[in-house]
Amino acid sequence: MDYELLKLIWWVLIGVLLVGFAVTDGFDMGVGALLRLLAKTDSERRVLLNTVGPHWDGNQVWLITAAGAIFAAWPVVYSVAFSGLYWAFLLVLFAMFFRPVGFEYRSKMTDPRWRSAWDWGLTIGGAVPALVFGVAFGNMFLGVPFSLDEFMRSAYSGSFWQLLNPFGLLCGVISLLMLSMHGAAYLQMRTAGELRQRARRAGFLLAVAVAVCFALAGIWVSYLPGYVIQSAGDVGAAMTPLMKTVSLRDGGWLANYQTFTWMIAAPVIGFAGLLLVAVASLLNRSALAFVGSSFAVAGVICTAGFSLFPFLLPSSLIPDQSLTIWDVTSSALTLNIMFWVAMIFVPIILSYTLWGYYKMWGRLTTEFIEDNNYSTY
Amino acid sequence: MISEHLVDMSRLQFAITAFYHFLFVPLTLGLSFILAIMESVYVMTGKQVYQDMVKFWGKLFGINFALGVTTGLTMEFQFGTNWAYYSHYVGDIFGAPLAIEGLMAFFLESTFIGLFFFGWDRLSRIQHLMVTWLVAIGSNMSALWILIANGWMQNPVGAEFNFDTMRMEMMSFTEVIFNPVAQVKFVHTVSAGYVTGAMFVLAISAYFMLKKRDLPFARRSFAIASSFGLASILSVIVLGDESGYEIGDVQKVKLAAIEAEWETQEAPAAFTLIGLPDQEAMETDYAVRIPAVLGLIATRSVSEEVKGLKDLMAEHEKRIRNGMLAYALLTQIKAGDRSEDTIAAFREKVDDLGFGLLLKKYTDNPANATEEQIAQATKNSIPRVAPMFFTFRIMVGLGFLMLILIGLSFYYSAKGTAERQKYLLRALIIALPAPWIACEMGWFVAEFGRQPWSIGEILPTHLSVSTRSVEDLYMSLAAFIGFYSLLLVVEMYLMIRFARLGPSALHTGRYHWEQPENQTQPAQAH
Repeated sequence: MDYELLKLIWWVLIGVLLVGFAVTDGFDMGVGALLRLLAKTDSERRVLLNTVGPHWDGNQVWLITAAGAIFAAWPVVYSVAFSGLYWAFLLVLFAMFFRPVGFEYRSKMTDPRWRSAWDWGLTIGGAVPALVFGVAFGNMFLGVPFSLDEFMRSAYSGSFWQLLNPFGLLCGVISLLMLSMHGAAYLQMRTAGELRQRARRAGFLLAVAVAVCFALAGIWVSYLPGYVIQSAGDVGAAMTPLMKTVSLRDGGWLANYQTFTWMIAAPVIGFAGLLLVAVASLLNRSALAFVGSSFAVAGVICTAGFSLFPFLLPSSLIPDQSLTIWDVTSSALTLNIMFWVAMIFVPIILSYTLWGYYKMWGRLTTEFIEDNNYSTY
Repeated sequence: MISEHLVDMSRLQFAITAFYHFLFVPLTLGLSFILAIMESVYVMTGKQVYQDMVKFWGKLFGINFALGVTTGLTMEFQFGTNWAYYSHYVGDIFGAPLAIEGLMAFFLESTFIGLFFFGWDRLSRIQHLMVTWLVAIGSNMSALWILIANGWMQNPVGAEFNFDTMRMEMMSFTEVIFNPVAQVKFVHTVSAGYVTGAMFVLAISAYFMLKKRDLPFARRSFAIASSFGLASILSVIVLGDESGYEIGDVQKVKLAAIEAEWETQEAPAAFTLIGLPDQEAMETDYAVRIPAVLGLIATRSVSEEVKGLKDLMAEHEKRIRNGMLAYALLTQIKAGDRSEDTIAAFREKVDDLGFGLLLKKYTDNPANATEEQIAQATKNSIPRVAPMFFTFRIMVGLGFLMLILIGLSFYYSAKGTAERQKYLLRALIIALPAPWIACEMGWFVAEFGRQPWSIGEILPTHLSVSTRSVEDLYMSLAAFIGFYSLLLVVEMYLMIRFARLGPSALHTGRYHWEQPENQTQPAQAH
C-alpha cells in the first residue's frame, strides 16, 4: 500500500480506537460519574457498580490500546502531547488509579466510611478523565505552545492552567456531560424499578444539555482562527513536522465541511443521536436510548476529528510546526504491519467482547445484590 | 545541555514506578496459571473443594490484580510524559509491541477477568474453565510483548537510523520478534512469576496447616503449588538468562559487570563467588573465585573467553571516536549536504552514532569533544559494577534457597506428610518475600546493567528525557510515591485479612470460621 493511503488509514484507525474507547469505557466512566447522584443506598450503588463490574476492565483496554497505537503509529504525537500536556495526562492517570482498586476493594469491607471513600474515588475516576479529555480536545482547536528543534526534540512553553480557558472548559463540559449521558443510557438497559426511572430522567436531561453545549461550541468554533496548510510538501513521503507552512484564518476549522461535504454527516449523526436519547428515554425504550447515545458519542468525536483534519495538534507557538496526519507517522513498514495486526485482532476482540456482554446480560436489582452479597462488587 | 538532575529524577521516577508495578506482575503471571490448573482439576474430578480453591485463591488474585492494572497504566503513559525524546527516536519500533500487547494480550486478559469473577453462574463449567485459561494466557502473552519491547532495548536488532526523520526505523519485524535476548528474557521472567505464584500459595497454605485449619483445602493447594513451583524454579535456574549475555555489546558489558570481570581471563573464566568491586581502581578486593565456572555458564564452552570490562571499554573508546565522525557527518547532512559521498561516509559510521551521542552529556557538539570528555564518556560507558555484582548474587542466592524449600515441599507433599513438617512450614512463611526480592533484583540487574543506554549502543539514557523542569519531576514523583504507598498499604491490609480468613471468606458454610464452635473471629470481611 502506498504511504499516503497508509497515513490516511491510520488516522481512521486511531479514530476507531478513540470512538471505541468512548463508546465502551465511556459508559462505565459515566456510571462512575453518576454513582453518587443516581444511587442513594449502598445496595443501589452496588447495583450500578455491578452493571459494569464484569466489563469495565476490558473496556478500559480501548484507551490503553489507543495510547499504544498512537505510540506505534504516531510517535511524534505521543512524544509531543504526553510530555507537553504533562499535568493533564498525570491528572487523568491519577484519577484512573481509583478505578481498578475502587471496583475491586470497595465492597470487600462493610464499614460505611470505607465504602463512601471508594465511591468518591470511583466518581473521580469516572468524571475527571472525561473532563480532561474534553479540555484536551478543546485546546487542539486553539493550538498549544510547543516547538521542535532540528533533532526533533520538543519543548512546551505553556502551563497546565492555560489549558483551562473558556473554550477548553466548554469542551470539557461537553465530554463530561456526554459520557454521563452515555452511562445513564446504559443504566436504563441494566437496572430496574426506581433506579431505572432515575436513569431515564438523567438520560433525557443530559441529552438536552449536551445538545445545547455542542451547538454552542460549534458556533464558537466558527469565530475561532483555524489552521490552514499553505504548502504541504510531499505527503506520500517520509516527513517531519518541520517541512510545511501553515497560516491561520478565522473560521478555518469549518473549511473542511465545504471541501468534503460528506463530513457534515458527523455533526448530523451527533445531533440525531442526542435527539434519539432524549426521545427514547421519555418513551422508555432503553435499548434505543443506548443506540442513540452511542451514535451521539461517535458523532461528536468525529465532528472534532473531521474539523481538525489533517491537523492533530496545532502549535500556537510556531504554526508551521503543527502536527498533522502526514508528518507524525511511523515508517511505511511499521504502519503496514500494524494495519494487518489491527485487521486481524480488532474483529476477534469485538467478538469475544460481545460474547462477554451476551453472557452477563440482564437487569440487576438490589435483591440480586443482597442475595449475592459475597460474590459481587 | 540537558540537566543531569532532570535525567536522574526521570530515571528515579521510572525505577520507582516500575518497581511498584513489578510487585504485582509476577504474582499475576504465576497465580493465573495455578488457578487454571486448579480449575482443570475441578472440571476433571468434579470435587467441590477444587472449585472453592479457585474461588478463594481467585479472591487474593483479584486483590493483587487491581493494583497491577493501576500501576501498569503509569508505565504506558510514562514513556510519553517523561521520555519524550526516546518515544520519538524509537517509537517506530518500540511502539509496535506495546500496541500489539494491547490488541493481542491485554484485551484478552481484561475481558475474561470479569467473566472469571462474575461468570460462575452464567457459564458452563467448560466455558468458565476456558475463561480462566484465557486470563492466564492473556497475562502471559502480555509479558511476551513487553519483553519483546524490552529485549529490543537491550539488543536493538532489525532497525536502522533515518536522517530525514531523525529516528530509528524498523527494517525487519521478524528480527524484532525473534530477538534471542527477548526470547530468553521471556522464559526467565514468566518462570520467575510462576515461582512467585507457587511460593505465595505454599506460604499461605503452610499457615493454614500450622494453624490446623481447613486441612483438606490447604493440603491440595500445597500439592498443586509445590509441583507447579518445582517445575518453575528449575526452569528459572536452568534457563537463567545468562545464556543471553553473549549477544550484543550491552549484554556483554552486563555480564562482565555482574561478574566484576575487569580483565579478560583466559578461557574458561573463573567465577567470582563474592568480593568487593572497586570502580575507581577497576579491581575486585577480597575476591573468592571458582575456576572455570563463569566460562561454562556464560559461553557454554571451555574454549571461548569472556571479555573483561577494561577490554570492552577500550572498544568503546574507539567507537566513541568513530561516533564523533558520524555526528559530524550527520550535522553536515542536516545542514543540507546531501551529496552521495557524505551519505555513504555517514552510513559507514552510523553504527557508532550512538557512541558519539554519549558525548552529548559533556558537550553540545560531540564532533569537537576534547580528549578529557572522551575519557569521561569512556569511563561512564559501563554501569556501576558493585550494585550489579551484589543484586545479582542476592537474586541467585534466593533462587537456590527457593529451590530447596520448594523441593522439600514437593517431597513431603508427595509423601503426604507436609502438614507435620513444622520447620519447613515456618520457613515457607518466613521466605514469602523471597520471590519478590529476587524478581526485583533481577529486574534491576537487567535495566541498571543497560546503562548508560536506554537503547543499547543507539540512544543514551541521558538524551532520552522529556524537556520538563526538575520541579515537575519532583512533584509528580512525590505524588506517585504518596499515592502508591497508600494503595500498597490498603492492598496488604486486605490481602492479609483475607489470607487469614482462608476459604471461610467464600461464605459457603463449609470452612473453619463458619463452624459453630469457631465463631471467635468476627468474619465481617467479604
